[in-house]
Amino acid sequence: MISRRNFVSAGAATMLGSTLGARMAFAAAPTDKRFVFIIQRGAADGLGTVAPVGDPAFVRQRGVLAEDFADAPRLDTLFALHPQLAAVGSLYEAGQALFVHAAASAYRDRSHFDGQNVLETGGSRAYALHDGWMNRMLSLLPANDARGIAVAASVPLAMRGPVSVASYAPSNLPDASEDLMTRVGMLYAGDVELDAAWRQATATRAVAGDAGARRNAQATGELAARLLADPGGSRVAMIETGGWDTHAQQRGRLGAQLGNLDRLIGALRDGLGPLWDDTLVVVATEFGRTVRVNGTGGTDHGTASCAMLLGGGVAGGRVLADWPGLSDGALHENRDLRPTTDLATILTGTVSAHYRVDPALAMRAMFPDARSGPAVEGLMRG
Amino acid sequence: MGAVSVALNRFGYGARPEEALPEAPRKWLRDQLDRYDPSPRIIADQPPTRDAAALLADYNRQTRMARQDAAASPMPAADTASDADPVREARRRAGQQMRQFYIGAVAARTQATLSTPAPFVERLVHFWANHFAISADKLTVTGFAGAFEFEAIRPHVLGSFGDMLHAVERHAAMLLYLDQAQSVGPASRAGIAARRNGRNIGLNENLAREILELHTLGVRSVYTQQDVGELARAMTGWTVAGLGRGAGRRAGAGQAVPGSFLFADRLHEPGTRTLLGKNFAQAGEAQTGAILDMLATHPATARHVATKLARHFAGDHPPEPLVARLEHNFLETGGNLPELYRVLIAAPECWGDAPVKFRTPWEWTVGAYRALGMRDVAQPRALVNQFVQLAQPVWRPGAPAGFDDIAASWNGPDSLLRRVELAERFAARSRDRIDPRARAAKLFPDALSAATQQAIARAESPGQGVALLLVAPEFLRR
Repeated sequence: MISRRNFVSAGAATMLGSTLGARMAFAAAPTDKRFVFIIQRGAADGLGTVAPVGDPAFVRQRGVLAEDFADAPRLDTLFALHPQLAAVGSLYEAGQALFVHAAASAYRDRSHFDGQNVLETGGSRAYALHDGWMNRMLSLLPANDARGIAVAASVPLAMRGPVSVASYAPSNLPDASEDLMTRVGMLYAGDVELDAAWRQATATRAVAGDAGARRNAQATGELAARLLADPGGSRVAMIETGGWDTHAQQRGRLGAQLGNLDRLIGALRDGLGPLWDDTLVVVATEFGRTVRVNGTGGTDHGTASCAMLLGGGVAGGRVLADWPGLSDGALHENRDLRPTTDLATILTGTVSAHYRVDPALAMRAMFPDARSGPAVEGLMRG
Repeated sequence: MGAVSVALNRFGYGARPEEALPEAPRKWLRDQLDRYDPSPRIIADQPPTRDAAALLADYNRQTRMARQDAAASPMPAADTASDADPVREARRRAGQQMRQFYIGAVAARTQATLSTPAPFVERLVHFWANHFAISADKLTVTGFAGAFEFEAIRPHVLGSFGDMLHAVERHAAMLLYLDQAQSVGPASRAGIAARRNGRNIGLNENLAREILELHTLGVRSVYTQQDVGELARAMTGWTVAGLGRGAGRRAGAGQAVPGSFLFADRLHEPGTRTLLGKNFAQAGEAQTGAILDMLATHPATARHVATKLARHFAGDHPPEPLVARLEHNFLETGGNLPELYRVLIAAPECWGDAPVKFRTPWEWTVGAYRALGMRDVAQPRALVNQFVQLAQPVWRPGAPAGFDDIAASWNGPDSLLRRVELAERFAARSRDRIDPRARAAKLFPDALSAATQQAIARAESPGQGVALLLVAPEFLRR
């Protein structure tokens, strides 16, 4: 444990020399805050997650995909929640879930890779920035709060950057012997890249314990909760989910995907227990999908989608949307949900309120190229 | 590392203890272009596409019949959800058999890589299979994943880029993976008939987009959403005999070997298509054929392919002069692949002393097996699981872009831990048969650091020394 903590502190200390370092004074006092970013890779269908059932064009445009919402729980006069999202729905009822609809990153084309690159780097276009907005977010936090971990075999782009981040994924391999582990550590001592990775790997393994053995969605939620709940463990985590690219026969596949996401979130909340009050979870995807069903019961790559903010401090129980409408004339390029909210303003708004960091400072650090206006306020309570 | 280590590790898959070291590294690589066998025994023995297609067609048939039965006599919901559900049972059985094909193919690919006389060309086979990635996590693709590489990539790795492109886009695995087999032209005969019956079938632009973005021109290059739509319309009718859904399946019924490429005119959108400002007035299958020919030799494609090849052999940030030479060569030869490989072999940018790449889990695993002198895969199922644990399951990148080819995707703390765990197990199997000091010297004739030599020499046992060798910095990079 000690070696990793020292290492992370060293990483943060390095930041003091950078342009962001001076701003750390804004959030110097350690907190109990936890932050989780769940990325939906593959372009999740926001309209199939939080459906605008009250939109007059909904049934006509969505065709067979509207059927899932016949008896779905209503969120307000306009929106209903996919029935597979039971745990998320209960958070909504408790005022701890906020959905942001018709939201998109700055990206306006339809490539998964480029879209994910923009979502993760926080740049205004693909490959404009080389590290991730989460890593830059960590640089704003006191060292104690800036202990990040990717619940994945390698560190995803959103968390890459100058602040050191751990990674850990479930494995069913038997552990290597302690003696070999020690010798490997010595062997890597002279290799900067391997030495850093190795220190983090061994420290995280100690925290994960038995929770590291299973791989389904619920187990991933439990593992993440465990890594975040440990007093010496991580405070910021990223979880990757895939399988959202529903080009064909979307109904069953999206339902199964949402069911898994719901179990992951439920397990995370249960595992964190009282810490949930201090936890913020953000769920987002690279872009949305076409409004109309394609020729194969699915949807193709689109533009705006729906993001979720979950947690004890979220000013939830509502859907935030400057609703563009689903009628033919309202669509982006006559096919996609028109984006009306920039994800950057949501992410900075919620992160700055969660950590009590100046919103303008958070925006400059996390989305330095953003031309999207100021951070949205009022996303968190208090 | 000197030229011998570069040839062995950066271009090949690492040394084998019983093989002589190459005396003339560049010539050794060039000669492999003549030695390569597109169909070694272990791969020729794998079931071809038609076997997996027959399985899948059978599964589709059972599913349809079960659905018709269910529609004729509705059962209570509780029953349909139980294990006795015939659809679920058929799915389970088909999935099991497809998986068997997949496991056998992964083992065959691995074994071929262990014994090949042309490791450089095998590496290129795997490079192209990842460039034209399919992903076996889709049930309809699982059984075809190996056959795709063996039938569409291997025969063309020393041919032209265009030939490979045509073979890839016509293969069942690709047509099924990216939903092309189900796409129907709205104004085609099938499309019009379906609308008359009140059914909504139509275009699916998935494959068309990925051809432009990933297979040929490259993302952010010269095409627009309009071009994607035009290619999708041109491609309607491109389907798989016996396996398309609904209209596609009926259009091809009884016409050809299941799983073979089928052009179904009934599904094809009539009319001239315009792509990148060019008109394509051809009728039927020839329309997409002409478009692929144009894409295969387009300057943007040359740039895209040159960049990826340079990244694979000269480093994550490929040097621009090398990219430019490859691009120029591609355009000059019309995409002749061996000529591109010769440019790589001759390029000083590929022969730098310091390692330029972090080995992917696949590269590391086959490198370790070769280093230990293995030739056979004793437990194919365990091998498949091992690649899952290392986060690079063969032919299952999960997305059509394939696996990343940069260090940041493979050098994370967790993946390092996995390699150490596995190295200890590999070493346990080879216990006491290998002197790790001699083996290290043999594998890295001109590239072993003092730290690695010392760690190996001080190991508590030969087995532990072997494990340390397999995770030494020299072994993790190339």
